Amino acid sequence: MTLVVVDVMPKPEILDPQGKAVTSSLHRLGYQGLEVRQGRRFEITVNGDLTDERMAEIREAAEKLLCNTVIETFDVRVEKQ
Amino acid sequence: MYSVMWSEHCSYKSSKIHLKRFAALDQVTPRGPLLAGIGDNAGAVDIGHGYAITFKSESHNHPSFVEPHQGAATGVGGIVRDILAMGARPIAVMDGLRFGPLDAPDTARVLPGVVSGVGFYGNCLGLPNIGGELYFDQCYAGNPLVNALSVGVMRHEDLKFAKAIGAGNKVVLYGASTGADGIGGASVLASETFDDTKESKRPAVQVGDPFMEKLLIECTLELFAAGVVIALQDLGAAGISCATSELASAGDGGMHVTLDLVPLRDNTMTAEEILMSESQERMMAICTPEDLDRFMEICNKWEVQATVIGEVIKGDRLLIDWKGQRIVDVDPRSVAHDGPTYDRPAYRPDWIDALNADHDNNLPRAGAGGELADQVLAIVGSPNLCDRSWVTDQYDRFVRGNSVLAQPEDSGMLRIDEISNLGISLSTDANGRYCLLNPYYGAQLALCEAYRNVAVGGAEPVAVTDCLNLGSPEDPEVMWQFTEVIKGLVDACAFLGIPVTGGNVSFYNQTGGMNIMPTPQIGVLGVIDDVRLRVRTGFRTPGDVVYLIGETKQELGGSAWAETIHSHLGGIPPVPNLDAEKKLAAVMQQAARQELVSSAHDLSEGGLAIALTESCLRHGLGVTVRLPEGDPTVALFSETPARVVASVRFERAEQFEALCAEHDVPCHRLGEVNQEPELVVEGQFKLPVEQIRSVWQATIPAAMS
Repeated sequence: MTLVVVDVMPKPEILDPQGKAVTSSLHRLGYQGLEVRQGRRFEITVNGDLTDERMAEIREAAEKLLCNTVIETFDVRVEKQ
Repeated sequence: MYSVMWSEHCSYKSSKIHLKRFAALDQVTPRGPLLAGIGDNAGAVDIGHGYAITFKSESHNHPSFVEPHQGAATGVGGIVRDILAMGARPIAVMDGLRFGPLDAPDTARVLPGVVSGVGFYGNCLGLPNIGGELYFDQCYAGNPLVNALSVGVMRHEDLKFAKAIGAGNKVVLYGASTGADGIGGASVLASETFDDTKESKRPAVQVGDPFMEKLLIECTLELFAAGVVIALQDLGAAGISCATSELASAGDGGMHVTLDLVPLRDNTMTAEEILMSESQERMMAICTPEDLDRFMEICNKWEVQATVIGEVIKGDRLLIDWKGQRIVDVDPRSVAHDGPTYDRPAYRPDWIDALNADHDNNLPRAGAGGELADQVLAIVGSPNLCDRSWVTDQYDRFVRGNSVLAQPEDSGMLRIDEISNLGISLSTDANGRYCLLNPYYGAQLALCEAYRNVAVGGAEPVAVTDCLNLGSPEDPEVMWQFTEVIKGLVDACAFLGIPVTGGNVSFYNQTGGMNIMPTPQIGVLGVIDDVRLRVRTGFRTPGDVVYLIGETKQELGGSAWAETIHSHLGGIPPVPNLDAEKKLAAVMQQAARQELVSSAHDLSEGGLAIALTESCLRHGLGVTVRLPEGDPTVALFSETPARVVASVRFERAEQFEALCAEHDVPCHRLGEVNQEPELVVEGQFKLPVEQIRSVWQATIPAAMS
């Protein structure tokens, strides 16, 4: 069993209202000088061997479903084998 | 800067010479002179009791195709800021949506995204969505139309104009920070054809933040109330470059702006990017130096970031500095107003004669009554006439507590004054099929339908906003359609005595070289003195007499019947009858005032058949009707305009007939409302209302599941 992680983040030039809200709440709590951008993390458990084809499949799935590539970017990596 | 400001989207270079014809209309509504008209951020109409209403519609078609949710959301945000910039409190929104066929794969991506975007932004702002349109046709596949309308209210004295006056006054940018999103959205997205959605074009999308916009609304209204705003402009297409040049060119001097002062989300941005950024939720105000402290205090209270980025100067130049260098030194008039004006060639399409000759009136008619019943069910369940609640249930229509009519009524109606019960009413309509057959008539038919919808509710139609969606202006056939649409609207508005107060033109709606059908979306504003006397749709009392008001002709060209039953489009659309519309509107207003009618519903797509079924579906009552002599297909499905179905209490029937006669409006006694939930067309067929309902409700949920 392999764990593959897909991280999705809003593109840097795109406004991130959630991150902005978290940032201002942190400021209110006294944590200064912190800028937050908020994304999503998907943990995908792969049954069987993690082949190159499997990785390509996950990348494709991320592009189709997990990430809105118009306004977000994603990154796929293997967490543990 | 010139490339963006002189783009089609900002400069209206292809349309300007034609739009001038709107300005030539009498700038007077049936309720008095316009307070603001074409050229201001939005038109403003005096509705009495010291209130002014401002309303406008705008398109956000291309962004909504690239990113449906955010594209539609920022479309709502943009039109709401237009209303706010006039000094008004936004009080409602509407949306006119058009997509490819309901069963097309891309519709399943675009439709839910657009609807969730419209709902998300409006619901978060706390603005009711009181009506709109949803329509499907092959021509909108790959180029959906998302037209948003917003309406606001203010006291007369609060009306603001976007004019930067008084040398030494400060230019304040307030609201969200400027980021690198949506750069060149105006020139790239909105003014180009859409055949190749290249990767590089994608960042032209912006993400909206309705909670920021809500703060911006409250902050702006408090700034107005405190009297610290001299002029105001919203930032939309072409961002700071548009706002500075428009404010300066309308004022009495120049403007000097230091770009380094603009708060940025991304410090790597270049000067061009800062000038062109279309980041949402920003406004620009002019404020005197004495009032500046108070201005900043109010912004601070609402946690809205505000920054002085420059001042109004003597002379007539717009100067912009960046990192110690002068990067812009122009005459703002040249940027904002002296954009090129094209008188593009217009050519009547050769194919139109053949299209007009292949008339829908010649299509085969139904034989026995059972076949008619099947046709009624097919049209009731067709994507363009079926139940819209899958969409409208995602919108809040009653927030703010003053929505007295909302979908599925013919028009949306809002109470404005809680003491006098003064209210307004709005309807927005379009029909691309009619317009393809004859753009002059088609535009008038859209106007007539919106006018009639407002009148049916008991309101007096007073003013018009339009959102004209067409193909590429570089195509002479499209330019011909455009000029015909304008002529049609100008002639009809002049006859009806209602001015066009503003709106927008969206060109380059085409995919794969195919232009959309010309689709002028027309919004009509009405005024009602007492909203308690409004008239609703839907039969509500058994025993009521049912009337068909207006004359029915054989007019099946461009009809829902031809589309659904025969998949055919050809011939001449129904011929608008402006005189009949005016008389009908007068009857409906009088009938409302005298409380003569229990319900009324206008006839449009689908004709009498749809008006009757919708009236039955509303409260689950039935009706028995006797069709006039002649072809039952014409009686049931003809789309002759200037007609209404009304139900009248038995004891008021004579009085109602007298009212129609007095206004020279034909009225035909069709039958009566029944407790038994059944649509009975005597001598033809019977259909249980519940059977109609299940067909009517199934279509959109089935396609979206």
